[in-house]
Amino acid sequence: MPNKVKVATVWLDGCSGCHMSFLDIDGVLLDIADRIDLVYSPLVDNKVFPDMVDLTLVEGGVSSVDDRAKIIKIRKHTKLLLSLGDCAITGNVPAMRNRYPVAAIEERAYIENADVNQHAPNLIVPELLPQIQPVHTVVPVDIYLPGCPPPGPVIRDALVALLNGEMPNISPRFG
Amino acid sequence: MPVKTFKIDGQDVSGREDETVLDIARENNVFLPTLCNIEGLKPVGACRLCMVEVKGSNKLLPACVTKVEEGMEVTTNSERLQKYRRMILEMLFVEGNHVCSVCVANGHCELQWLAEKLGVDHTRLNYMFPKKEIDVSHYRYAIDHNRCVLCTRCVRVCGEIEGAHTWDVSGRGINAKVVTDLNTPWALSETCTECGKCIQVCPTGALFKKSRAVGEMTKDDHFLPYLKTMREVDNAE
Amino acid sequence: MDREEFEQIGQKRREADAAVEYHINVCTSSGCVASGSAAVKESLEAEVKARDLKHKCRVNGVGCLGLCGSGPILSIQPEDALYQKVKPQDSAEIVDHLGQGPVERIELKQDNAFFQQQQRVVLANAGKLDPEDIESAMAHGAYRALYKVTTEEMYPTDVVREITQSGLRGRGGAGYPTGLKWATVAKMDEGLKYIVCNGDEGDPGAFMDRSIMESDPHRILEGMAIAAYAVGASEGYIYIRAEYGLGIQRLKKAIRQAEKMGCLGKNIFDSPFSFSVQLRLGAGAFVCGEETALIASIEGQRGNPRPRPPYPAMSGLWGHSTLINNVETFANIAPIILNGSEWFSSMGTEKSAGTKVFALSGKVNRVGLIEVPMGISLREIIEEIGGGIPDGHAFKAVQTGGPSGGCIPEEHLDTPVDYESLRALGSIMGSGGMVVMDDTSSMVSVARYFMEFCMDESCGKCIPCRVGTAQMYELLTRFVNKEATEADLTLLEELCEMVSQTSLCGLGQSAPNPVMSTLRYFREEYLERITPAHEPA
Repeated sequence: MPNKVKVATVWLDGCSGCHMSFLDIDGVLLDIADRIDLVYSPLVDNKVFPDMVDLTLVEGGVSSVDDRAKIIKIRKHTKLLLSLGDCAITGNVPAMRNRYPVAAIEERAYIENADVNQHAPNLIVPELLPQIQPVHTVVPVDIYLPGCPPPGPVIRDALVALLNGEMPNISPRFG
Repeated sequence: MPVKTFKIDGQDVSGREDETVLDIARENNVFLPTLCNIEGLKPVGACRLCMVEVKGSNKLLPACVTKVEEGMEVTTNSERLQKYRRMILEMLFVEGNHVCSVCVANGHCELQWLAEKLGVDHTRLNYMFPKKEIDVSHYRYAIDHNRCVLCTRCVRVCGEIEGAHTWDVSGRGINAKVVTDLNTPWALSETCTECGKCIQVCPTGALFKKSRAVGEMTKDDHFLPYLKTMREVDNAE
Repeated sequence: MDREEFEQIGQKRREADAAVEYHINVCTSSGCVASGSAAVKESLEAEVKARDLKHKCRVNGVGCLGLCGSGPILSIQPEDALYQKVKPQDSAEIVDHLGQGPVERIELKQDNAFFQQQQRVVLANAGKLDPEDIESAMAHGAYRALYKVTTEEMYPTDVVREITQSGLRGRGGAGYPTGLKWATVAKMDEGLKYIVCNGDEGDPGAFMDRSIMESDPHRILEGMAIAAYAVGASEGYIYIRAEYGLGIQRLKKAIRQAEKMGCLGKNIFDSPFSFSVQLRLGAGAFVCGEETALIASIEGQRGNPRPRPPYPAMSGLWGHSTLINNVETFANIAPIILNGSEWFSSMGTEKSAGTKVFALSGKVNRVGLIEVPMGISLREIIEEIGGGIPDGHAFKAVQTGGPSGGCIPEEHLDTPVDYESLRALGSIMGSGGMVVMDDTSSMVSVARYFMEFCMDESCGKCIPCRVGTAQMYELLTRFVNKEATEADLTLLEELCEMVSQTSLCGLGQSAPNPVMSTLRYFREEYLERITPAHEPA
């Protein structure tokens, strides 16, 4: 079908609760399924971000060098970027680490609290930024949908509005 | 007492001369956001959320401390005022560490509610992520400075109603914070009567009862005007 | 005390002074003390004693002689010669030259604009009288005006009218008409009223009030007493910052001496009028210069401002009607009473009468305290009185009004110094700090400096000032570090507007002024510090 809207979702530093909430829109998923093409998401098996996407929902704050590179690339290939949930918008719970130096956090997580293999992460884990940053402080964001997580119906209404070519009228509620 | 007639958003209203613009706005169901103000405590005009435009004055006036005047024309909700109010809320979000999802007051928080009401969905301001303390020394109550908006309701209810004056403000500017007894741990306070009024008037989850989990700290400040009246009656006798 | 008795005190002292042939007046104000004038004075006294000249020559400690940058300064009377950067080892030579013409090596020539273009009213006696000796002050006319109002023809209403007609406006910065303020307090119901003198001078680079308090403390006490008489008050407070140790010491001494002399206290000059003055020391919070915060501080509360109205004239100290004026304002009162309102309003401009004391500092050849008629141009002050910019550099901007003021560029240097003109330029008169900057100054750094000051000094009560100053400081830091974006500039401008419009007191309302004025006149300095937005990877 030629007129399907290309949608992507991306998971940065968050708990995936926003994605759960996204799935929680239940029956509406079926209604919109034939109108969208989910081209990139933790929910689908596509490892490369496509050339141009109509709408990307981003969950989570920008926490690592990897996150930052990812979101900068995604912004370049997305028409509309929607910050989904408090982590993307404020940093939220993950940002509670922002008050401490990265080294102290790694020490706590990988050494003090580790039962076995006590050592700091190496090549596999991307380097953490000194602080988690809200997505819009790294790249421009078009729509904000706060909540922890944003309730399913709110995501549903926003998506339906966007699919109808309208900007959603979101009543923001943190937490 | 003389009564003044004036206009709020074009609507004709009247008020006794000792009443404030905020009093009359509320009486007439005109919404004005407030945070430091609470019925029963002396207004301090600190949060600046209730500022209104008054025709003929080039300054914005806080409705909570502005007495009604004959013929004044008040505007409560211009675009400029809405913008400033949103910025004030944004400022509160970035100066502290407000994590609604794990807060005892989630769902019962005036800051959270105001952000929703005034349409704050993000902020362009710089998150300061300050390192703030939590005092859980007291056996019943606790204060989390990360969530404090410095409205000083606790200071006032403690001084004006309970008469204990356990709470006050220490430090200044961005480092100001409320303290108990010259900044000693709450448990060591010699003046605190453990009446719990500060807990009830706190607009956020900064002051809370221990053993309350996320979203469980509901507040009940309806006792305030009653106590205030009783005190005045007592004083008059 | 009858007039003759009163006049006798000063007259006797004048005669005693005249009996001594030479007076060596050494500046003992903070500026010169800091550069070593105490040792100079001691050495001169030793010299005079060693030569047994004490009947012919006396060494006096006096107040500020003005050119603080060249201290220690002393003056030789009656020759009226000035010496600069005097060292204790110069003493012998100075004494040798008495009556022989000045020691040229250290002479401070007075044939330049610094000395010629000033007009001294407030500082008329600074550098002439001994601030620690009431008789010396009375020899120079102290308490004459108070004597006149309390014992002769002037009713309180006459005094208020005289001040109103003089056109005097508050010298603390905002320029509120002094007479109107007095009339308001005078018209409040009878009962306890207070006089408060605001000596909490806190602007960086400002030391006008300090100098007045150190040089002529009785002038302030007299002004307060006249005010008390005019509005019906009987108690007064001087709120002075604790850092001003010398001023505190001199005011304390002056109060004690004035009480002893019958110029303060119960039944002043045997009239029914009583007025007592106490000192209150500020602990160094800039915001306590704001009148409602100052009042809270005197009351023993945390020095936080509160919304006005009610103004202190209606509800001030402990809820009583309170007249609060700045040090320099009070120092203008006695001359107005003695010389009349017409004399005063003949100086300065139509809307800004009289003179103004400025602390001229920064990149200017002659640094010091000056008093000039209102309406003089900034150019005259900087280029003529101040002697221009040193080391061949070019003038860039002059900052007036401290952290509440703004930076004025070259193109506006011919603006007359008065309340309205400076405000129109986006600055303010302020209390009198005047910092000159040359072409090596970065205006963005200057703006950040003042924002840091306001951020540190914000009391934290209202949100826009508490958080807004910190946010603006952070944004300005990005500009200083050349890491700013277009969006930062937009946000900075929005914050400036919002903080000035919504803050509770003058500190927050005017905190954005240094940023706004530099954005107005030196915008290119901000623009050239913007880096292009991050290129997407």
